Amino acid sequence: MSSRNIARRRDSILAVALLCGIVALFLPLGRLGQWPLHLSPLLLWLAALGTMLLLFLCKLPPRYSAIICVAGSLLGAIGLHRLMADGAHGVGAPGLWLALIGHGLLVWRGLERISTALADRRGALSLAAAPLVFGLWLLFLWEMAVVGFDVPAVLLPAPSQIGDALVTASATLAADFVQTFIRAVIPGFVLGSAAGLLVGVLVDRVPFLQRGLLPIGNLVSALPIIGIAPIMVMWFGFDWQSKAAVVVIMTFFPMLVNTIAGLNALSRIERDLMATYAATYRQTLLRARLPAALPFIFNALKVNSTLALIGAIVAEFFGTPILGMGFRISTEVGRMNIPVVWATIAVAALAGSLSYGLIALAERWLTFWHPSFRRP
Amino acid sequence: MTLATALPWRPLVRFGGSTALSVCAILLLIIVIWYAGTVKMNAGPLLDRYERAGRTEWSFSELVADAMSMERPVLPAPHQVAADFNKSVFQTSITSRRSLVYHAWVTLEAALLGFVLGTLLGIGLAIVIVHVAALERAMMPWIIASQTIPILAIAPMIIVVLGSFGVVGLAPKAIISAYLCFFPVAIGMVKGLTSPEPIHLDLMRTYNATTRQTLRFLRLPASLPFLFTSLKVAISLSVVGAIVGELPTGAQAGLGARLLAGSYYGQTVQIWSALIMAAILAGGCVGVIGMIQRGIDRRFGGTP
Repeated sequence: MSSRNIARRRDSILAVALLCGIVALFLPLGRLGQWPLHLSPLLLWLAALGTMLLLFLCKLPPRYSAIICVAGSLLGAIGLHRLMADGAHGVGAPGLWLALIGHGLLVWRGLERISTALADRRGALSLAAAPLVFGLWLLFLWEMAVVGFDVPAVLLPAPSQIGDALVTASATLAADFVQTFIRAVIPGFVLGSAAGLLVGVLVDRVPFLQRGLLPIGNLVSALPIIGIAPIMVMWFGFDWQSKAAVVVIMTFFPMLVNTIAGLNALSRIERDLMATYAATYRQTLLRARLPAALPFIFNALKVNSTLALIGAIVAEFFGTPILGMGFRISTEVGRMNIPVVWATIAVAALAGSLSYGLIALAERWLTFWHPSFRRP
Repeated sequence: MTLATALPWRPLVRFGGSTALSVCAILLLIIVIWYAGTVKMNAGPLLDRYERAGRTEWSFSELVADAMSMERPVLPAPHQVAADFNKSVFQTSITSRRSLVYHAWVTLEAALLGFVLGTLLGIGLAIVIVHVAALERAMMPWIIASQTIPILAIAPMIIVVLGSFGVVGLAPKAIISAYLCFFPVAIGMVKGLTSPEPIHLDLMRTYNATTRQTLRFLRLPASLPFLFTSLKVAISLSVVGAIVGELPTGAQAGLGARLLAGSYYGQTVQIWSALIMAAILAGGCVGVIGMIQRGIDRRFGGTP
């Protein structure tokens, strides 16, 4: 509604963006002095201003204006980054920062145009377009702010520094990844989830256990189970076994609770149908109840994929051989080598999101019949 | 969000006769298994000790008695933990450093401050996201993806980095807690604020209600159930955040510091009683939120 109204009127956001961008041209740039007349930053920035002007004057269909916005933002971003690399720096360069504000408004307009243009599309690419642009813009702002204001790397390293650390420390990071993720997280996750599922099915057979265990399981899944980490380290030693044990315990309860809930998800009428087929317990379980429980089980798997990583990393804070992501984080923090810490966190984030994504894909594949996956 | 669906607290609250009985029976069973485990796990070190003392003859009952009263057991017996809990909670003055209540309060303080901050931020962001379509499209995927990131891994960095700038004590822990609370609340509230059906929104439009009025009289009330499920997840996360926040710098006080000190000096009984305190803390917080929820439900005319 509102965006359509804006499109009909003169675009005030773009007007402000243009104003900022043009005024910025006449402001000083710190050590660089004035905008350099011969250099590419000026050309790139003028191109960005050109797209703003074009969008301000012409009423284009949202699809084209989205593309133009993104292209203009990209050119402007490269230009501003070059400008900073050439020496525009710090508080003495209001020109750069005002241009950055104008650039932000252009990106903002671009995001709005993208979401109007792709509002009805459901493809993966059109769903990813706006978040992608937004994420890149955040990275760009982060880089500009950290480098431009000389924020000490101890407080917040720039994305480029983190990227450097990812490359230079890649061997260590890979070894840590194997130690934490392959040796502790995956076995622990599989064992804990499988045990939770099995116990869930067993408990479901015995109403007494179900009544007694369900409240306790619910209570336990709200507790800070991570606290058992020191005990596990004491019992199973410093190596990956203790971490896997923590992961097993952390993943067990969500799976148990969800399995019990899922096995009860089958409605009365479907149970009756299985009864009229004279289905045995095993047949009912395999053909009707477990499939009906799948959404719950996948829910638990998703929760567990995050919990497992957290459990393994935090358990390493309590003692570990000289390997592992948690160990790397705590030692490099101690040495104030913050870019490596961020790189480790980036690896953990990637591992976490990828395993979550894999589980989500498997869910889509196995529970295609569920209403939440039907096309609207 | 996802954890929340796994947390129906009603079975505990509606203490139906048979449920209560089953729970008690299971708890009894757990305690029995615990005692058996105590004997089994402590037997190894005990036998070593017997051997070193040159003691060749020992009866099973002696072994059991010794296993129950070890100074630093592999697994302490429930009554040892209960005794230590009793000593450090009820027999010690609250202001003393040996009191578990003191440590629990240090942790709870940070957790609550972080919880309030994170919740307010989460609600604020959700309100903005719901009203700006472009933001929802651009930010929601990131907020959801950020849930899959082990955020807790950042905790030591926040503590140490803030510490190097002179910010110590309550604030860094509260920041970690707030950070952990923020995401479930934001996601739950976006879901809740968009939960009114189009027909209800249309009704508000026929009333010529402003955006603010729609928010106040329709969206916010409709989002309450979502808010409270998120809050339950958030508060238990914030307790975890505060505890983990006490680990990296070897904080002087707090449940996390107790855990760490216990693990350094092999004081297993101390670890276990700190764990029980943490469980009571988290469970109590979730219970309080459940009570607030029921109170508000009743004021809104819901049937409990």
